[in-house]
Amino acid sequence: MSLDKNTVKKLANLARLDLPDDELDHLAGELSNIMTFVEQLGQVNTDGVAPMTSVAHMNLPRRADEVTDGGYPERVLANAPEAMDGFYLVPKVVE
Amino acid sequence: MGYVIQGETGDWELVIGLEVHAQVTSKSKLFSGAATSFGAEPNTEVSLVDAAMPGMLPVINAFCVEQAIRTGLGLKAKINKTSVFARKNYFYADLPQGYQISQYDQPIVGEGTIILDMKDGSTRTIGIERLHLEQDAGKSLHDQHPSKSFIDLNRAGTALMEIVSKPDIRSPEEAAAYVTKLRTILRYLGTCDGNMAEGSMRCDVNVSVRKAGEPYRTRAEIKNVNSIRFMFQAIEYEARRQIDIYEEGGEVVQETRLFDANKGETRSMRSKENAHDYRYFPDPDLLPLVLSDEEIAAVQNSLPELPDEKKERFMRDYQLSSYDAGVLVADQESAHFFETVAKGRDPKLAANWVMGDFFGALNRLGKEISNTPVTAANLGALIDLISDNTLSGRLAKEVFELMVETGKAPDAIVEERGLRQVTDTGAIEKSIAEVLAANPDKVAEYRSGKDKLFGFFVGQVMKATAGKANPALVNEILKKQLG
Amino acid sequence: MSELTNLTIAEARAKLAKGEISAVELTEAHILAMEAARDLNAFVTETPEIAMERASEADVALKKGEAGILAGIPLGIKDLFCTEGVRTTASSKILCNFIPPYESTVSSNLKKAGAVMLGKTSLDEFAMGSSNMTSAFGPVISPWKRKSNSNVQLVPGGSSGGSASAVSARIAMGATGTDTGGSIRQPASFCGIVGLKPTYGRCSRWGVVAFASSLDQAGPMTRSVKDAALMLQAMAGHDPKDSTSANVPLPDFAAAMTGDIRGLKVGIPREYRPDGLSPEIQKLWDDGIEMLKAAGAAPVEISLPHTKYALATYYIVAPAECSSNLARYDGVRYGMRVEGKTLDELYAKTRAEGFGREVRRRILIGTYVLSAGYYDAYYTKAQKVRALIAEDFRKAYETVDVILTPTCPSAAFGLGETDDDPVTMWLNDVFTVPASLAGLPGISLPTGLSSEGLPLGLQLLGRPFDEETVLRVAGVLESAADFKATPTGVEI
Repeated sequence: MSLDKNTVKKLANLARLDLPDDELDHLAGELSNIMTFVEQLGQVNTDGVAPMTSVAHMNLPRRADEVTDGGYPERVLANAPEAMDGFYLVPKVVE
Repeated sequence: MGYVIQGETGDWELVIGLEVHAQVTSKSKLFSGAATSFGAEPNTEVSLVDAAMPGMLPVINAFCVEQAIRTGLGLKAKINKTSVFARKNYFYADLPQGYQISQYDQPIVGEGTIILDMKDGSTRTIGIERLHLEQDAGKSLHDQHPSKSFIDLNRAGTALMEIVSKPDIRSPEEAAAYVTKLRTILRYLGTCDGNMAEGSMRCDVNVSVRKAGEPYRTRAEIKNVNSIRFMFQAIEYEARRQIDIYEEGGEVVQETRLFDANKGETRSMRSKENAHDYRYFPDPDLLPLVLSDEEIAAVQNSLPELPDEKKERFMRDYQLSSYDAGVLVADQESAHFFETVAKGRDPKLAANWVMGDFFGALNRLGKEISNTPVTAANLGALIDLISDNTLSGRLAKEVFELMVETGKAPDAIVEERGLRQVTDTGAIEKSIAEVLAANPDKVAEYRSGKDKLFGFFVGQVMKATAGKANPALVNEILKKQLG
Repeated sequence: MSELTNLTIAEARAKLAKGEISAVELTEAHILAMEAARDLNAFVTETPEIAMERASEADVALKKGEAGILAGIPLGIKDLFCTEGVRTTASSKILCNFIPPYESTVSSNLKKAGAVMLGKTSLDEFAMGSSNMTSAFGPVISPWKRKSNSNVQLVPGGSSGGSASAVSARIAMGATGTDTGGSIRQPASFCGIVGLKPTYGRCSRWGVVAFASSLDQAGPMTRSVKDAALMLQAMAGHDPKDSTSANVPLPDFAAAMTGDIRGLKVGIPREYRPDGLSPEIQKLWDDGIEMLKAAGAAPVEISLPHTKYALATYYIVAPAECSSNLARYDGVRYGMRVEGKTLDELYAKTRAEGFGREVRRRILIGTYVLSAGYYDAYYTKAQKVRALIAEDFRKAYETVDVILTPTCPSAAFGLGETDDDPVTMWLNDVFTVPASLAGLPGISLPTGLSSEGLPLGLQLLGRPFDEETVLRVAGVLESAADFKATPTGVEI
């Protein structure tokens, strides 16, 4: 499967990666090669096979409904590039 | 004939589906141990998991699972014994992980139904498509600063149940009835407090229109309509908007719109890419959720009597009308209050007093059953005083007002104020005789045909007895004495 | 200095227990070694003060007789494990200034066992790579040199290249690594050390910067199999904070190394011997088979028919998961931020600048294979093939107890010797990836040298949660191979 520059641009947008134009060209080629490589899976007969999403063969463990966490805003905000009055700050979003 | 909107080219039908996000009542969040309370200082109820720090992992809250099962059973829905959590990937400031843990093609609850109680006493059954568990997002404040938005993650990670109806709703009234009923059921179950103003229950409304007999047309989604009144307005506006587009030869675009409460309009959401590609895939940090028959049965056995069942029982056991029963069961506490009052008493009298004077007083004072000045026991005692003739209906109302003011029991009030009604025939005869003796000219006028003066005499007797004379006896004896 | 730094963990423990050496001297020697070998660029952050603190605490504990199993042992901690109060970067610009307010479960376990942290070792950025050339802090150099040309800088392998280089160069006695597609085993092979990837779920992932959640697994990198067993003992264990952490009992891994493998069946998969397998690797493998035969085990030819699809499967699944796992790196709550006029601009600029090329490439692949219209063809398909690969192993283990394969198709290559084609680089993982997809335990140990005098490793794979058998067989193989070579690129 060949990916064109436009597709790469859309993917970069979905992934929030601001890539320069020349890199998009280069990536289109690279990604196309990669996709060609992985497409060999089409040769495998997987009829009736259930997709495996986890190698861990157990049921989802559950925890009790107790408050055991949180309550430490200093830790949560400690690495914030920009914070004020206990909030994280980002450029204003207009809906 | 159902609800239609008249357009230039004919009648249009409304097709509505509702997606309700209900915050699960629980102490801690769905996948983190941070607290879920409302109104805390920013980022104080945020764990490292909620803040999506590197290396953090989700662990599911058993009680939230139970609450979802409980809600599913309350909606008479299919409980899926195996369900899968999936990541819904997108970027937004209030979504720290860059994805929301939700459920996609294998939700915990499948199809169910809700019965709507319409105002005219009829019922309508609306299908439920599914219910799934998912994380709530944090909150962004856009109005605190000229160029910055403020992010508070306290709400991020709180458990939500997304309840999706089938597109069976056909009018704004039905939509309102659906939301009301759903809220009642959730409150009965204790799985969500249904507080729309605080945001613990949010509605997204999917609206489309069509001519009768047509398949479904394109729908628009109206987000975060946070009151029933606004939902009404939003639906009406949006339906009209779509009809106008079609009648002008245009096409309705599938998109997400916001309801502007100030203008009473819906408008397109500019910033959101309307063609989202959420790239759902099963969350590799979580294994499939597997429920046992035992745990489902345990929840089933723990269910309270639900509104529909309670309503039927009230109609049956208390001979109440569908409407009256419906009003009483709309709230679990009201229903319980009523039953306490009605126990061993005339249910019709109990219903009238509860729904009339009692609810009226609560409304007037802005109180609820939880902080009522009049207890169910006391209201019941008041009714007993009417039934045993201690009080006339009129006197009872006076006593009731005093009960509301003072919070005291009716017996105490009757004693203190001497409000016992007079049923002593002799005393009444004496009063009547006095009144007649004091008004000979009026007596003569009455006897010569002025029937209307009867009321005057009744009034005078009531005045003379400070309102305590039994009205029926007064009427009887007065008739006799006047001839 | 070299006397102390040449000890294995087991030897050092014995000396510490007897009081022949102190933890402080042992750590001092390693701190000096770390400083002397800075050219290797194996560390992102050195933590000598913390190391000395922990060494002193270890000495106190040793005197009291309350020492943990790794008391006083100087280790490198891969910079993918969040360490409280100590910068953790995942070798990425985007986390260059991140100081976690928490400690990963695995590194915390090591701390509780009394281990000393020398510093945070370098890795391929976000654990994506097989050479440690993609670290934002510069490539790591292997302490090994080719016989023919000692001027060529060789890669240590990756992604746990810093750990491998440090252990091999005798800077650290052991180091933690993580293995997603081979990131412990392959660098161990390149650097002539032992690297163990436990069964998926054996070690907690809490606090480990996530790359591919269904594949990532922490494990020890050491200079002997016994050391790996000891380190695993301290690292492993059920963690309720990780929903994929296995709630199974922890056996005594070192005790499992009885030295007796008579009657064990060793599977030799025919698919790991493709045309074009270098004769050197062929010989290494055959020699290994003979060694195990001599010890009483029986080689059994087996077939793992879907082996050749493992790389393609991996390079769909891992990027898919990583594209989602790395979405949280957005400049809002921690890490590097590049300002933007709008929120989306902030995201896009931060991430484009913060992530390196390999990471960006994998995020894009992952985004693509999960996107609407392609999900079934790629992601679902890959997860089905993955199920088949796991089934291949399960069937094989009906007739054999362990599987023996080469770890890598070649010895370490030079820093400038690769072309730009990502797929070529990925081929380094061809023997390690299948076991990752199946979640099986695997170990690499050095058993021979290439014609250039570079280490070559053999890999043993076991049944789920059967690290004991893997370690037992590895111990026997290690004795038989008697690998004594040491790197010539540093002073040992």
